[in-house]
Amino acid sequence: MLVCGGTGCHASAGELLFENLKKEVQENDLKDEVQVVATGCFGFCEKGPIVKIIPDNTFYVQVKPEDAKELVSEHAIKGRKVKRLLYTDPVKKEQIQDSKHMGFYKKQLRIALRNCGMIDPENIDEYLAADGYEAMGRVLLEMKPEDAIQEVLDAGLRGRGGGGFPTGLKWQIASKNHADQKYVVCNADEGDPGAFMDRSILEGDPHTVLEAMVINGFCINATKGLIYIRAEYPLAIKRLKIAIDQAREYGLLGKDILGSGFDFDVEIRYGAGAFVCGEETALIHSMEGERCEPTFKPPFPAQSGYLGKPTNVNNVETYANIPVIFNKGAKWFASIGTEKSKGTKVFALAGKINNVGLIEVPMGITLREVIFEIGGGIQGGKKFKAVQTGGPSGGCLTDEHLDTPIDFDNLLAVGSMMGSGGMIVMDEDDCMVAVSQFYLEFTVEESCGKCSPCRIGNKRLYELLGKITKGQGTEDDLDNLRNLSDVIKDSSLCGLGQTSPNPVLSTLDNFYEEYLAHVNEQKCFAGQCKELIRYEIIPENCVGCTVCARNCPVNCISGERKQVHTIDQSLCIKCNACMEKCKFNAVTII
Amino acid sequence: MTKIKSLADLKKMKSDLQSKISLREKSENPEGKVVIRVGMGTSGIASGAKEIMEFLMEETEKRNVDAIVTQTGDMGYSYAEPTVEVKLPDQDPVVFGDVDKKKADNIIEKYIKNGELLDGIIPQNYETIDKK
Repeated sequence: MLVCGGTGCHASAGELLFENLKKEVQENDLKDEVQVVATGCFGFCEKGPIVKIIPDNTFYVQVKPEDAKELVSEHAIKGRKVKRLLYTDPVKKEQIQDSKHMGFYKKQLRIALRNCGMIDPENIDEYLAADGYEAMGRVLLEMKPEDAIQEVLDAGLRGRGGGGFPTGLKWQIASKNHADQKYVVCNADEGDPGAFMDRSILEGDPHTVLEAMVINGFCINATKGLIYIRAEYPLAIKRLKIAIDQAREYGLLGKDILGSGFDFDVEIRYGAGAFVCGEETALIHSMEGERCEPTFKPPFPAQSGYLGKPTNVNNVETYANIPVIFNKGAKWFASIGTEKSKGTKVFALAGKINNVGLIEVPMGITLREVIFEIGGGIQGGKKFKAVQTGGPSGGCLTDEHLDTPIDFDNLLAVGSMMGSGGMIVMDEDDCMVAVSQFYLEFTVEESCGKCSPCRIGNKRLYELLGKITKGQGTEDDLDNLRNLSDVIKDSSLCGLGQTSPNPVLSTLDNFYEEYLAHVNEQKCFAGQCKELIRYEIIPENCVGCTVCARNCPVNCISGERKQVHTIDQSLCIKCNACMEKCKFNAVTII
Repeated sequence: MTKIKSLADLKKMKSDLQSKISLREKSENPEGKVVIRVGMGTSGIASGAKEIMEFLMEETEKRNVDAIVTQTGDMGYSYAEPTVEVKLPDQDPVVFGDVDKKKADNIIEKYIKNGELLDGIIPQNYETIDKK
């Protein structure tokens, strides 16, 4: 008997249920036959607490502690399912007997991550056994380049690096430009804070990227592939190198691949880890040994890219989808997702969420399902405040956006973006002004400096936000924030500058009250802006245990044993140590 | 290694490898071998997956457990690293989270030897694509 031990189920008396089940098993002398085990979150918190019986996969929902007796006496002893606790399908209105038939498993579908955590990434044989290089073989030997491109077009795959440009179209354009040498480039310069899907794919399934690059090369008649990866991903680099060597040994890279007459080989190029290198023209300049600055498009890389030759750049996750499209067919791929965004997207869940990690969901799933079901809700049972999607280029969305189906166009429409798939969840303790300041700090750091609006404008935005978090802002500053943001967006050359004000604009739109409280009342309700808060001791709660005074790094708390303590505000550095250590809730933020 | 020269070669090699892998898992004794996969992505290694993998390799050998210990990529459960997947013969694989040496020891002694489950299993909550 598997009892969910996730936070959600714990909150609804799951712990007592667990104890009761154990007791019942003990009392009925079933210790040798039945085992009660607490598990991680099932991701079905809404219907918790969950009990799953194996091996028959019966799935019980909303089980109360007092149901333990019946579960043991009916299911465990007599082998009869307790019908009233079975999960009822909300659409078909029938009871589900077996968890394998439950729709909620369909919330996550692993296409790009299909082999991650399944195969040994350093052993090509395991990849071959999992249909590896078969798509490549069929494309090279049985298809014409234009038909293969048509397959990718029909699948409706869009670039997973953030822009969402149709991949098939990109290939088609590159295929039509003729030159003596063309290039295929894999963009592995993952730079969004908190996003690590590309790294995980390269670490867990490097061959899938190589296979897709060969297919890409064949389609556009390029014989050279380059992988641009940041040097700070040493494990991914190591595994890529192993994969390239193994593929060469098997003749899956190199001359006359599988007797098709097509030659293709891959090399690795290292980046120093600059965010702007995710932009394709900057990436190409960096590979050429130039400064990593974006240049004006056109000419697009498809016309004149690496060393002035036609070049096709795609992101790691985009490539990871390619072999599956050929193995399962464009029609199958296009059946997943929404009208304009097909397939799945990998997200890196981070922030104040219980199940931090990588997930892969079909396009069209709602933010609510991702955060509260797959992600297991907010840590410590706190209140959800906002979710930031798309990293420094995206925006902060609120409760009212939770039911928005996630795809490229919907996220843009509500003022954020898909980006590369970072998803940072914030709770009531996060100050939205401080959050946008954090992102601006990143952008200021990462701006290449080519365009003045981005180089100087972002710095000014950052300073304005700093002024507001210190309580020195005015309502005029809020207007200036917006005006300056619009100018930066409109007058920057590349995606970095065009999107960098998004965190500011979206928080201004969705959390204007919070900005007003900072400028008009000099208050930060989340208690994050240090200059606007002070720590006080509540005399009624203080027992005079001296713990706070002993833990204060600047010795600003005084008071005798068993007497109410006081904080000297002139010395306090607002480090929060007293509040963390106090067992009597006697320290508060005002 | 020999080069793969045609699509037919590739397909033959795939089916050979598939049967070799399933043979490896089932062969020799009727109960078959246990397959232990350790999640060795950057986040797994950072939380100590390397030590756990070494521990599992050494201890399964010392305690005469017929097991294959192998590495794999990130399973996606960053909140519960290091993660270890154990597949007993003819059973669905089970993923254990937050594995330290003590838990690894329990995995060998309780789960692998006695089929007894441990607290902290991570339920599979995703669908896989059936290959073709």
